[in-house]
Amino acid sequence: MTLSLFALQLLNGIEVGLLLFLVASGLTLVFGVLGVLNFAHGSFYMLGAYLAWWLAERTGGLIWAVLLGVPVMLALGWAVERFAISRLYRRDHLSQVLLTYGLVLLFNELQRTLFGNDVHGVPAPRALDWTVSLGEMQTWGAYRIFTSIACLCIAIGMRQIILGTRFGMRVRAGASNGEMLEALGVDVRRLFSVLFSIGTALAALAGMLAAPLTTVFPGMGESVLVVSFVVVVIGGIGSIKGAFAGAMLVGIADTFGKVLLPSISSAIVYAVMAAVLIFRPQGLFGEAQAR
Amino acid sequence: MSASLSRRSLLALAAGSLAAPRARAAAGAKLKIGLLLPFSGTYAALGVNIADAMKLAAREHGGKLGGREIEWVQVDDESDPAKAPGNVNRLVVGEKVDILTGPVHSGVAMAMMQIVRQEKTLTIVTNAGAQAVTGTLCAPNVFRTSFSNWQVSYPCAEVMLKAGHKKAILMFWNYSFGQESMAAFKEGYSKGGGSIVKEIAVPFPNTEFQANLSEIASLKPDAVFVFFAGAGAAKFVKDYADAGLKGKIPLYGSGFLTEGVLGAAGPAAEGIKTTLHYAETLDNPANKKFREAFKKATARDADVYAVAGWDTIQALAQALDKVKGDTGAQKELIAALESVRLDSPRGAFRFSKAHNPVQDIYLRQVKGGQQVVLGVAQKGAEDPAAGCNLGK
Repeated sequence: MTLSLFALQLLNGIEVGLLLFLVASGLTLVFGVLGVLNFAHGSFYMLGAYLAWWLAERTGGLIWAVLLGVPVMLALGWAVERFAISRLYRRDHLSQVLLTYGLVLLFNELQRTLFGNDVHGVPAPRALDWTVSLGEMQTWGAYRIFTSIACLCIAIGMRQIILGTRFGMRVRAGASNGEMLEALGVDVRRLFSVLFSIGTALAALAGMLAAPLTTVFPGMGESVLVVSFVVVVIGGIGSIKGAFAGAMLVGIADTFGKVLLPSISSAIVYAVMAAVLIFRPQGLFGEAQAR
Repeated sequence: MSASLSRRSLLALAAGSLAAPRARAAAGAKLKIGLLLPFSGTYAALGVNIADAMKLAAREHGGKLGGREIEWVQVDDESDPAKAPGNVNRLVVGEKVDILTGPVHSGVAMAMMQIVRQEKTLTIVTNAGAQAVTGTLCAPNVFRTSFSNWQVSYPCAEVMLKAGHKKAILMFWNYSFGQESMAAFKEGYSKGGGSIVKEIAVPFPNTEFQANLSEIASLKPDAVFVFFAGAGAAKFVKDYADAGLKGKIPLYGSGFLTEGVLGAAGPAAEGIKTTLHYAETLDNPANKKFREAFKKATARDADVYAVAGWDTIQALAQALDKVKGDTGAQKELIAALESVRLDSPRGAFRFSKAHNPVQDIYLRQVKGGQQVVLGVAQKGAEDPAAGCNLGK
């Protein structure tokens, strides 16, 4: 592998990782703070993508679709938390898995009836419809670069919010000890609602941004869900920093795996996870819990 | 399944009619045709088009084949091979259909073959391209009106070599359809003196192609031959264009790369050349008539899947007329099917000795959002039917 090809593949890996981070960050927030194993997270990604296609067709562009779609998904997340998830905080993970898996089936059926089962392409915004050449042969779509930058900005923004605001402090406190937080007089119920909505919207936003890159198709949520769980486990549950590191690791490992070890490429991501867990069972940035 | 089978054979024994033909087709009795097709899931649109085309063709014959009225029995196979044995048995053993048709998915077809080979039900495969159906598992009572994987891939090798592309990269979804397509392509390509620079097997249904596209860009082959279908095809075609490879390294594939995904892929699909036994723009009277009738009946445009459904009924109509609708006389019916000649929307059509269509394979190119026929890639292409002893 030449140096330029290596650099290109590294870029490919980072790009995959950045988008993955956007999905996984929502998952890790919900898992870490609410303690809910949310299988429906992938469905929110899928719904986001379908919504992006549906709205873009009707409003004339992806930008409008995102502006309209994100509030819709925030509301959906809030409703799901209020009417379904919130009833399960005191139950064990098995009940949560059962409920959220039920939601997966529900949302899949909803997608089928509302949007149909066709594959759809979503055009990138016209302003980003140009390419940058990299190396002598390959080009990168401007939209691809834009997505990566957008993901990076969101990552930095989340870091600022979590480390620098009162809301972020509560999130961190919730992740390490929710009961104590409640005892100190914080309205944990509201915090949970808000967080779940945000998690939902993050997944949906990832789906919307990914729509022009991946096309929109039934079952797109499930594949993302599995990898996102791997990212969360590698990074350490509840840690945004961990999700970022995990997503990068998974993105890069997956990309190089495909090129260097194609025959076992689908297993590489899991091998990385296993390797991390052997040395750090709590994940890269997770805190060892005595539970 | 085994329980119901043995109970059935016991009953048959008791009646002393084991050797009698399965259906005493009284001239007045309805002709039961079973449809084992996906009406839900990823392949739903394909199943619906096949079924609609079959029913449309039946209406053209006055709702009767061989003088018998048709009774349709539909089962949604969900494209799920695991549920296939149960679904096939429902139609073959439960409903005792006279003729079984379907499916789309090759895995379902495999399960179906196991049962209909045993039960001797007259079966017409309407899409699944698995080699074994008219190869190692071929049977006198099984016909196919669609294609074999070999037929849609092998001719592309010559097309590429003729265009001067001597070094190719293969890229495909790593499951039976992809593997069989690649094997057929390689056979033709190395025979003609081409060399394969690299084979990239992508796990099914993975659609993250970026890393492999960078690899293709760095290896700079003369051309790329791929197998992807449905959502994966749309994604691949778009990624290929985004990566700047479109227009620099020509992209080829079997027709499924561009079938039904032109809307989703948009301008990225322009210029791609594929080989298939049909194209919507084929200029012949049968195709024109078929497309108009289908559009009128369903308000949708006909596709390659609808053609197979249409031809299934046309072939049955010819053969059943010959035996006067007597499905009990299976030997004669099979012989009648073997001698069927169709003026199909795809062109001339007949069955090979292995019961796979002998048909022209067209070279098509996407132009202006349509498959334009550039010419015939292989005239009267006949699957080699490796492992089949029928008619030998």
